[in-house]
Amino acid sequence: MVRIPILQMGPVLLVTIQLDMQDQMALALQDDLANKIADTGAKGVLIDISALEIVDSFVGRMLASISGISRILDATTVVVGMQPAVAITLVELGLSLEGVRTALNVERGMELLAQARKENSLAR
Amino acid sequence: MTQESATVLQILEQHEQQIIDQWLQEAGAASTRITDAGRRTMRVEAEEILRALRDALRAGGDPENFQQPAWAALRQTLESLSRSRAAQGQSAGDTSVFVLAFKRPVFGILQRDMAGKADLQMGTVWTLSALVDRMAQWTVTTYQHTREEIIKRQQQDLLELSTPVIKLFEGVLAVPMIGTLDSNRTQIVMETLLQRIVETGSRLAIIDITGVPTVDTLVAQHLLKTVSAIRLMGAECIISGIRPQIAQTIVHLGIDLQGIASKANLADALQLAMEQQGFTVTRTRQAA
Repeated sequence: MVRIPILQMGPVLLVTIQLDMQDQMALALQDDLANKIADTGAKGVLIDISALEIVDSFVGRMLASISGISRILDATTVVVGMQPAVAITLVELGLSLEGVRTALNVERGMELLAQARKENSLAR
Repeated sequence: MTQESATVLQILEQHEQQIIDQWLQEAGAASTRITDAGRRTMRVEAEEILRALRDALRAGGDPENFQQPAWAALRQTLESLSRSRAAQGQSAGDTSVFVLAFKRPVFGILQRDMAGKADLQMGTVWTLSALVDRMAQWTVTTYQHTREEIIKRQQQDLLELSTPVIKLFEGVLAVPMIGTLDSNRTQIVMETLLQRIVETGSRLAIIDITGVPTVDTLVAQHLLKTVSAIRLMGAECIISGIRPQIAQTIVHLGIDLQGIASKANLADALQLAMEQQGFTVTRTRQAA
């Protein structure tokens, strides 16, 4: 099975999904990511799904649960680069991914994470 | 060719002028409301139909089966008649009445010429009657088809016309919605808007519903879907142009618009958009 690589860039973990997600891949990614966040103490997770063209409800739920898991581990998740067709599909499936942050592209996503880090450090 | 068809053909050939004259009279060409030009056109039309009918009968067309190739020319003549009549603003009923008026003069001749042959007379009347009915029906069918085509084309035009996505400012898009929102239109608006957000990298989209006459639960659901999709893409959305009555309806229907920025008019929405983007607008001098 192909595993989706998780790259570390300073305090941020970067996940780029380049191919259509299988259920097993999604579960493995969720697992790997949880471990990686715990290991590295990352404060942000950026998931780039700009190459993803087909989604089903399982992948939609996976995105929501990754976001939930990383929040518990004190990391902010941003999903970036969602294609219009994917957004429409998710909405039609009734998954509006409440609580998941989104951005148009990786650059904006990074800005959002930097902002979130600043807010967090102020709160502390 | 059956004996009945042959009889019909024979009558049409022998009494052509008489039939046309009586036909036009029957169809109301004698009425004062119709101009000379109109009368001439009607005569030409009648002659054409009669010619096509004779040709079809001679080619062995079976009156019971109007879809045969032998009737193609007659069908075409009737189609063009129906179309030109429709263009003149006449109803489908008028056109079929004109075709049906053809029965009476021919029946009159049949009655006179075949007084002694009751069997053949009855059969011929039946054949001719069925045939003329089919001809009339064909004009109505064509009329309907033409109308449906026009309606379909206009619907398509309307869909395309009704979804302009405007760039208002750096990073701010606007969609003025006009007319009733149904699933089809919402889908197109959603697709165009999301596509434009990707292309322009805009952070904010304003949906203006000033031109939407009524908002019911279904329309609100469509709006909520659009807003969710925009949010999923990583942009924000403001709904503007909510009229007082519509605001009341939304609250009475119990539609939950929590978490969606809404403004009474587009100007307010634009101001909010500018603020969110960190712009300020100031007047540098008094207007003249």
